Amino acid sequence: MFDFSETAWTAITLTMRIAVVATLVATPIGIAIAWLLARKQFPGKIVVEALVHLPLVLPPVVTGYLLLLTFGRRGAVGSFLADNFGIVLSFRWTGAALACGIMAFPLLVRPIRLSFEAIDMRLEQAATTLGASPLRAFATITLPLALPGIIAGMVLCFAKAIGEFGATITFVSSIPGETQTISSAVYALIQTPAGDREAAQLIGVSMVLAFGALLLSELFARRAVARMRGE
Amino acid sequence: MLRVEVRKVLGATTVEASFTSEGGVTALFGPSGAGKTSIINMIAGLLRPDRGLIEIDGETLDDTVRRVHVPAHRRRIGYVFQDARLFPHLSVEQNLDYGRRMNRLPIDAAGQERVARLLDLEALMQRRPGRLSGGEKQRVALGRALLARPRLLLMDEPLGSLDDERKSDILPYLIRLRDNAGVPMVYVSHDAGEVRRLATQVFRVQGGRITAKGGVEVLTPR
Repeated sequence: MFDFSETAWTAITLTMRIAVVATLVATPIGIAIAWLLARKQFPGKIVVEALVHLPLVLPPVVTGYLLLLTFGRRGAVGSFLADNFGIVLSFRWTGAALACGIMAFPLLVRPIRLSFEAIDMRLEQAATTLGASPLRAFATITLPLALPGIIAGMVLCFAKAIGEFGATITFVSSIPGETQTISSAVYALIQTPAGDREAAQLIGVSMVLAFGALLLSELFARRAVARMRGE
Repeated sequence: MLRVEVRKVLGATTVEASFTSEGGVTALFGPSGAGKTSIINMIAGLLRPDRGLIEIDGETLDDTVRRVHVPAHRRRIGYVFQDARLFPHLSVEQNLDYGRRMNRLPIDAAGQERVARLLDLEALMQRRPGRLSGGEKQRVALGRALLARPRLLLMDEPLGSLDDERKSDILPYLIRLRDNAGVPMVYVSHDAGEVRRLATQVFRVQGGRITAKGGVEVLTPR
């Protein structure tokens, strides 16, 4: 079962790298957006909410195509990044991480937002009467209380990034060793007459990863509840 | 010395209060909804007066004419809330130490021990707030506020969420604080019995205004 071919190993390690980078980069942005949505009222909030959830309902191919238009070599942001910083995202693994991060973003934000909403804001008030600035109150009270929710969101984001297919293959294609993830490798293998065994291996790997991530996420969600109750 | 002259419109009620306190326990006494909590929230800096002035020991904390507003975390005014508001993810010991850490005060083992003894907290140190009774929570909240070394301690119905038996358990601790902690207090309550036992000065608050002031005789309606 574990005697993976080199193509399969490359796809697995690349997928892990993409999913880790996507999760780590998306998390601080996700925390900021979740906090804004949970705690602040501002004009256009409904638009921000819709934008965050858009990747969930938009066909992934469309998201990938929009990414290509925006971050491709000739795209508005893509050409700016390439000309000024030498950063190219299209057809690179970094582009795959971007696509995965965007597709997984709604799953990342939701549990974080829910845990921010569940935290009693009056605790922060109590912290300020004890000498904590609003920023320190956030760092010492709100953030630790939201931590299980943050981890649950990260786990879901990671799992989604591992399985992402449509947006990734549209934006960065399926180049072995550069952008061929587990999903795009499986897709390529099942179209190859002799690829069934290898495809089955990769399918097994992705099922284990996805199931494990869901279990972990559930575990952390339960811990979040216990933590709020102060047990 | 605390000097308060504030006005704040809150929905249908206007809170307008003017008083000074020289120390000891100043009680704001009156029915719920009278504006007592709003007054101490303004002293704490959690609520901003529309107009007025708040001074403590000659330092201006709020002055709407000169546009002074010191934020809550720089006021060094302790606050004990009706619902304790302990931090659920921290142990009792960490809750007690929170104010010291936030104010970057040096570790004061003797002070901590004294407060712990005063409030009988020694046996609770390693527990989480979820495993404390209502009365224990309130004692920890008192200790936490004191250990931040406030120059004034505000208390908003600290016995309000406790049953009568627990109330009579905690009241002696409050009297001990009054006599031993050396921190002036502003005590909000609607319970004449509590105020009678605790206060050195009483202001009756009704409909957002101070309608009577003096000693505990204010508690008996004429």
